[in-house]
This record gives sequence, C-alpha cells and structure tokens, in this order.
Amino acid sequence: MDMKTNATLDAKGLACPMPIVKTKKSMKDMEPGQVLEVQATDKGSTADLQAWTKSAGHQYLGTIEEDGILKHYVRKSSDEEAVETTHPDVVNNEELEAARSNPDSVIVDVRESAEYAFHHIPEAVSIPLGELDDRADELDKNKTLYTVCRTGSRSDLAAQNLTSKGFGAVYNVVPGMSGWNGETKSLNQ
Amino acid sequence: MTVKNMTIQDIAHKVLDNEELFLLDVRTKDAYQDWKIESGNFSYLNVPYFDLLDGVEEIMEQLPKNQPIAVICAKGGSSQMVAEMLVEEGLTDVYSVEGGMKAWSEHLEPRKVSDLKDGGELYQFVRLGKGCLSYMVTSGGEAAIIDAVRMTEAYTEFAEKLGVTITNVFDTHLHADHISGGRRLAETTGAVYWLPPEDAGEVVFNYQPLRDADHVQIGQSHIDIHALYSPGHTIGSTSFVVDDKFLMTGDILFIDSIGRPDLAGKAEDWVGDLRETLYTRYKELSDELIVLPAHFMIMDELNEDGTVAERLGTLFSRNHGLNITNEEEFRRMVTENLPPQPNAYQQIRETNMGKISPDHEEQREMEIGPNRCAVR
Repeated sequence: MDMKTNATLDAKGLACPMPIVKTKKSMKDMEPGQVLEVQATDKGSTADLQAWTKSAGHQYLGTIEEDGILKHYVRKSSDEEAVETTHPDVVNNEELEAARSNPDSVIVDVRESAEYAFHHIPEAVSIPLGELDDRADELDKNKTLYTVCRTGSRSDLAAQNLTSKGFGAVYNVVPGMSGWNGETKSLNQ
Repeated sequence: MTVKNMTIQDIAHKVLDNEELFLLDVRTKDAYQDWKIESGNFSYLNVPYFDLLDGVEEIMEQLPKNQPIAVICAKGGSSQMVAEMLVEEGLTDVYSVEGGMKAWSEHLEPRKVSDLKDGGELYQFVRLGKGCLSYMVTSGGEAAIIDAVRMTEAYTEFAEKLGVTITNVFDTHLHADHISGGRRLAETTGAVYWLPPEDAGEVVFNYQPLRDADHVQIGQSHIDIHALYSPGHTIGSTSFVVDDKFLMTGDILFIDSIGRPDLAGKAEDWVGDLRETLYTRYKELSDELIVLPAHFMIMDELNEDGTVAERLGTLFSRNHGLNITNEEEFRRMVTENLPPQPNAYQQIRETNMGKISPDHEEQREMEIGPNRCAVR
C-alpha cells in the first residue's frame, strides 16, 4: 500500500530512550497534521511511542514490521478537534453506515494515506485532502459523495472543494473516523 | 557529581532484607501497572521518561531529599538519562538501575533451604522478578536441577562453586509462563533430561520419560527423587518427593494459591484432575513434607530467610484453594474469572516443546511481565 509521509526518521539501532527523544525533536520541525515515519529496531519502541503520542497529544497511526525494522507512523497534532463546519450538507456516522450499502454512494476518505492505511471503512476510497485538486476527476459526478476524515474538519474543506468543482450531492460526515464504531479494515489485518 | 549505578543484585538484597528504597520507575504507565519491583518497604513514583524530556523540574517536589533514589526503566537507558537530569537539578544520592526490568526479570538469587542426609544440600533459586522457583539438589558430588529457567549459567556457575556435577535435570511439567532451561542445561552438562511423557507429546527432542513412582538416585549417598503423578495444571504435571522430606509441587500447589488449569486451553477437562491431585493424592502424603513450589506470586509468600517453603499440613489448614469443600465452587474458582494469561504463553509453550527457536533477545521479550500461573 502506498503510504505517503512528510518526513522519515531513522532511529534504527538506537536503544531507548533515543527513538522517542529523536521523534520528539523531528515532530517539532513538522507542520500540524503532517505524518512522520519512524524507523526503529528497539522492540520496546512501539509501546513507548503509543504512550508518548497519547501523552503529547499527537496521533499514533500504526506500526508495520518489515525485515526486522519497525516502521511507526505518527501524525502531528493539529487544531482540528475544534470542528467548525461550513459545508451545509452534513450527515452523522449512523447515516454513513446506512449509505455504505447503497451502490450509488461513494465514501471519500480525505485523511492522510497513512491514517487510512491502518484504519478505514472497507468501502472508502482514499484521496487525501492535499491531493483532491489533482484527483477529483477519479470520482463519478453522478454518485452521492460522503467525505470523511477523523473529526469532520478536513472533510468539510473537501466537501466545499468538491461542490465548487461541480459535484452535486456531497455530504460531510461528522464526526467521522474518531467516532466510527462500524466495520474497518487495516493493512495489519 | 555523576550518576551512580545500582545493580539488580543490590535491589534483590534490598527486597529480601526489607530495606527502604525510593524507586522512580520511568516506564509507561501501562508497563508499570502491569509489573514492577514489589517490596513492602519501597516507595514508588511512576513518571514515563518521555514526559521528562523537557526537564524534571515538575517532579522535583515529589522526590525525597534525604533518601537514595533509584531510577529504573525497561533496559537501563532511560533511567540513566533521567538520573543524570536529577543530578543536574542538584540531587546527590541518585542511582540508575543497571539493565532495568529486563535484568530484574532474569536475576536469580540462590538460597539454601536445607541440608540433606550424608552431606547433601538443597538450594532454591528465587527469580524475584518473575516469581519462578527452581532447585538444586546436591549429593555425593552430583547435582540435580528441577524446573531450570533459561539463565542456565546461574546453575552451572553455582555447581562449579560447590564442586558438584549436574547429572540429572527435571521439569515438573511443560511450562507456559517462562522458557525452560532444562533442555539447554542437559545439553551443556551432558545430564539426563527428564520430562513427564503426558506433557511431552509434541516435544521434538529426546528426553527421558519420568513416570509415576519412578525413583532417581542422586550421587552415591542415595538422595532419592521420587515422582508422583499430579495432573491438573497440565495433564503431565508431576511432583517430586526429595529425600522423603520435601515435596516439589511444580505449578500445582503454591504457598498462597493453587495452579490454574487453563494454560494449555483445557481448563474444563483438567479441573477434575486438579481437584483429585490436591484433595486426594496430596492428602495421602505426610503433613510433615515441606512444600517447594515452582512459583510464588506475592512477596508475602517469602519466608524471613528469602526462601519459599511451607509444611504441607500448614497449607492444608491455611491455603484457601485446599479448603473448598464444594466441588462446583472449586470448579468455578479455577475456570472462571481467571487472571490474564501470561505474556506470549503460546510461543513459550512452543519454545519449550522445541518447535520454535527464538533468539536470545526474543526469548527475553517473551518472558517480560508478571507471572500468572495461579488462582487464589
């Protein structure tokens, strides 16, 4: 699966506490909402990174192991918790659940590809918000679109963007993945 | 000022001698809640090291000024960093615990339980960090090891110190909570490796089957190890009567609890065996036998001298698990509301069968965490 990240940190061969010390430093230089890939070999780094991101308010997305190297994905905290939506057509998670089985609906997950990779609704297609301008033509104008992100903030921007591009039926899902209790898929499963 | 180091052996002696210590544990909250160094006279503070990366000022007033502070983490790296920061803040009596909880998990403390006849001796190896207990019986220049853990150098070095040769190695059962050192010890010393055959069905290496009523002599002075089939924790679980005085119960009977029957996935099948072993087979034995289990769960189970041992008769009157007259109540107790299963217990069982061969580092990781073989 294609996972785009904004930066990669090589912490291979480093023992605790260095993977976290370096991750913290790297995160300082990143923009809110950006995704960092941390490569580490210290087995304890997974639990520590999970606990640290929680404590620091960042988002731990997931870890994959390849050839003995742990690749952790972390997203820097952003102010999207305070959701102010502008797009008029809003649905909640229950309405999205009902729309999943409708063949005329398309769920557009606009989170970063690494967020999508570890946790997404099975039917959702991944088009990160930053790629929407280039990739909107992948979507069918005759379908009903449901934009989804973690809290409803980025998907609000995506819904406005798609409407301005001439899509007629676009619904923003609030809250989206942070409150999603339905079926999900992950590359770890 | 520089940071001083404290060894795990120092910590072990403080635990066994009931000394005071302030322990600053800088692992994650989950890791700390799951498992820490237990001692009645220790004081504790848990703050994850990653919450201290910007400085330790915030915790300074929670730390004692006139008492040594030992900082501990998972492996010794973060504790060193935090201890250095504390020293920079002006604290002088600060130690970083070498090797951290990993070293704690592996440390063995040998304690003499008793002399045996004709100059023989019985030692208990107390693994404080995991609650594992293993044994060395010496007699006439030979030694037998029972329920060896994977740090086999502890036994070979101790045997060398005593001037005895390890000739027989026993496991009371196929362990699920820790990796047995039995096979490796037997290979390096040339000793015979005895296993109960009912537990060894899937074992992929050669072993000597040990059956009910078998006798094995250790040394020329005839210290006798007598097998007693006592299923329940596993189907093959076997107890040993040593020198007619000591009853090694494996994971069937502990000082303050009894074995759990579910670690091989067969709680319902084995609960009847467990009951029969505890309430019939053991009942027929002499009350004067000293019970030596393969585990302890809480520090209260240690005697003043650091050993874990109690008269069978005393356990029959005090151990709750031996005093449940109602069979249905007993069945519920040992099959319902059991504690979580030990970390990686399936892989540990497969390792002990010889089916998988994890490297040293993986073996350490598999054993991380508390021991959970008992029900109370």
